[in-house]
Amino acid sequence: MANPLFNQTWKLSRFILRRDRFKLPIWLLSLTGITILIAESFTGLYPTDESRESIAQTMVNPAMTAMVGPGYGLDNYTIGAMMAHQMLLFTAITVAIMSILIVANHTRADEEDGNLEMIRALPTGRLSNLSATIVVLLGVNVVLAMASGLGLYALGIESMDLQGSLLYGAALGATGFFFTSVTALFAQLSESSRGTIGLSFTVLGVAYFLRAIGDVSNEAFSWASPLGWILGTEVYVNNYWWPIVLTCGVSVLFILIALYLSSIRDLGAGFLPSKPGKKNASPFLQSPLGLALRLQRTGLISWAVGMVFLGVSYGSVFGDLDSFFNDMEVMEEFLSPVAGVSITEQFTAKLMSIISMICTIPALMVLFKLKGEEKKNRVEHLLGRAVSRTRLLGSYFVISLITGFVMLSLAALGLGSVALSVMDSSMSLGTFYSSAMVYMPAMAVMIGIAALLVGFLPNITGFTWLYLGYSFFVVYLGGMFQFEEWVGNMSPFAHVPQLPVQEMEWGSTSALIVIAVALIVAGFAGYNKRDIQG
Amino acid sequence: MAILKTNQLTKQFGDFKALDGVNIEVNEGEVYGFIGPNGAGKSTTIRVLLGVLKASSGEATIFGQDVWKDAVAIHKRIAYVPGDVNLWPNLTGGEVIDLFVKLRGGNNQSRREELIKKFDLDPTKKCRTYSKGNRQKVALIAAFSSDADLYILDEPTSGLDPLMERVFQESVIDLKREGKSILLSSHILSEVEKLCDRVGIIRQGHIIESGTLHELRHLTRTHLLVETKQPITSLEGMKGVHDIEESEKGLSIQVDSEELDQVLQHISQFGVVKLESAPPTLEDLFMRHYESTGAGGAS
Repeated sequence: MANPLFNQTWKLSRFILRRDRFKLPIWLLSLTGITILIAESFTGLYPTDESRESIAQTMVNPAMTAMVGPGYGLDNYTIGAMMAHQMLLFTAITVAIMSILIVANHTRADEEDGNLEMIRALPTGRLSNLSATIVVLLGVNVVLAMASGLGLYALGIESMDLQGSLLYGAALGATGFFFTSVTALFAQLSESSRGTIGLSFTVLGVAYFLRAIGDVSNEAFSWASPLGWILGTEVYVNNYWWPIVLTCGVSVLFILIALYLSSIRDLGAGFLPSKPGKKNASPFLQSPLGLALRLQRTGLISWAVGMVFLGVSYGSVFGDLDSFFNDMEVMEEFLSPVAGVSITEQFTAKLMSIISMICTIPALMVLFKLKGEEKKNRVEHLLGRAVSRTRLLGSYFVISLITGFVMLSLAALGLGSVALSVMDSSMSLGTFYSSAMVYMPAMAVMIGIAALLVGFLPNITGFTWLYLGYSFFVVYLGGMFQFEEWVGNMSPFAHVPQLPVQEMEWGSTSALIVIAVALIVAGFAGYNKRDIQG
Repeated sequence: MAILKTNQLTKQFGDFKALDGVNIEVNEGEVYGFIGPNGAGKSTTIRVLLGVLKASSGEATIFGQDVWKDAVAIHKRIAYVPGDVNLWPNLTGGEVIDLFVKLRGGNNQSRREELIKKFDLDPTKKCRTYSKGNRQKVALIAAFSSDADLYILDEPTSGLDPLMERVFQESVIDLKREGKSILLSSHILSEVEKLCDRVGIIRQGHIIESGTLHELRHLTRTHLLVETKQPITSLEGMKGVHDIEESEKGLSIQVDSEELDQVLQHISQFGVVKLESAPPTLEDLFMRHYESTGAGGAS
């Protein structure tokens, strides 16, 4: 690179590799590892043509298509076709996330923190850092493409030939390269690393939804999305290479624009105007409750979207549950058939226990935010003013409980409405909703434990996660491992009546509520007594 | 009348005694300087006073109410600025100021605007982008725009530039004029000297000296710079004379205040050409106590 603008690019590339010497191998190993492991597991899960045939049928519905993309080769659903259909899109999205985070970290974040200023004061070119970042990411994505491609081929699965496997890898690598270029471009436009990451994720999100809409309605939308191009390769079925070329071509164009913009701008400046924030607090943001909500707004909205998504995706498989279960023996161990109860109802009950535990996660996170605030010395600002400890903990507790309720409602309604639309059944939306809501007392017990720990032992709140993990393990997988009864009974989630399979049981439900209330009251008492750390 | 009073305040963290019988008293309408090196117990004392930490033993009252039990009632009448101001990165400075003022109760919009202008803060920026000094300004503006009776300020100027320090001092003087009481913890001695009526020096959890500046000066030395016709003899042996140094400008000595008379009489025998005296600074006072810490033993 003789051009002085690029002086020392190679040295800086090596410096980036050195800085990320742990991060990059972890990303690469987990991405290729998971890809290969899943392909391998498919051969075990679906050994026969018939089993794959029946799973193919369950995949043909709009909800599934919107989620994972259109299926190619469904009439001859080989392991390869299955891999490309079920795994390619989500793996590609993960690769995109990796590229976005790493590029933003080495471009705008370094610039914002002032690291780049020191680099630029050395005899390096104006474009050296940006080009070094791109060079490294290009290398990372090429390695990823080769490793997953060759790895898949090395499995020796009949339907996964060399060309298809390499194309699969290339599709992943091209996605990574595309989002490298997008992030590099936004790093020039935006003034902050958060802005860079936010805009890049927006492109990723829009690409996903554009493709989802396109795949179920008008194909033209899909072709406007880079993720649509990636799926357009029809890996292992038709093996089209030209979408890869298209993706890389557009990426190179973006990179050239990014380099040009970087060469003409001031260090620290961006092209998008940074809009000034609010000068005054809104009436909403004038209480501990308002503040707690405001601080977690983005997180809560993301969780809400995620829970709807979770409900909808589970709901979409309800149409073909029977064929799904009849063909898979492992599932029978998971759900032991009960006379007089349909498999759909049984599946609903099981699913709700899992969904309720997942919905407990954001509820606990809300409460633990208070502990995080304490660690960061920000609780002092509130307690140093006319805010009592009860009111402070109360704000977080109320939000936590409501979060659990709203998340569970969203997931249950999302699941119920989609399930009802894809199957013929006598079940009503109310059945779905009540079988989810019956888990609220168990969730309240978990929140109670969290409150107790925040009140007395804020340093070991992590125990709650362990306990939730334990519950998940024994309730979800309990049937498979045949644990002793008491092992399962240690979890509050095991004491919830399995609607609609079982009858409503007020005794155990009331007991859970009483325990939850006791834990919560104790937690408040403890919080009123202890030192605030920080 | 004492607005804030502690009696044998002790705070233990495990085996470590952070406060060991701290007695301080802030009277109405007074600025009390609370000084001491880092880790001496200033912030711990203040956090006990705020009811954020619970005292292991001893009593602390503000407005005659217990700082732990009646925290909320007390906090309606005080304003606090922490030494290390941590703010929420995704809120703007303006939002935080409003939140703080609102949480205390009361609202004085015109004072807020005036202070934002005086401290030269851009309230539309997210706290993420603020430097330490700017975060401190946010806390100061929130505190000063509330109408409190007692202001507790914990090293409030450690991140401010000299210009802003001056704005801060003016604001404190305004408050004093209005008859407000202020507890100012600091290790910027010139600031304490300028603003405070009384000071307390804390070291290793003990108050080792307290009183008005006038009283404390009594305990320390005056700095003299003298030039005489004949060289001064037998000064070394005199009681109360320290740190004798010869320089081009003359002879520089430190004299214990109570021995000043004797020393001056001695010097005058040699025909004084020039005599400059400087009052002891708080810095001298502080250093004297501080140095004895360095020597190891408790003084």
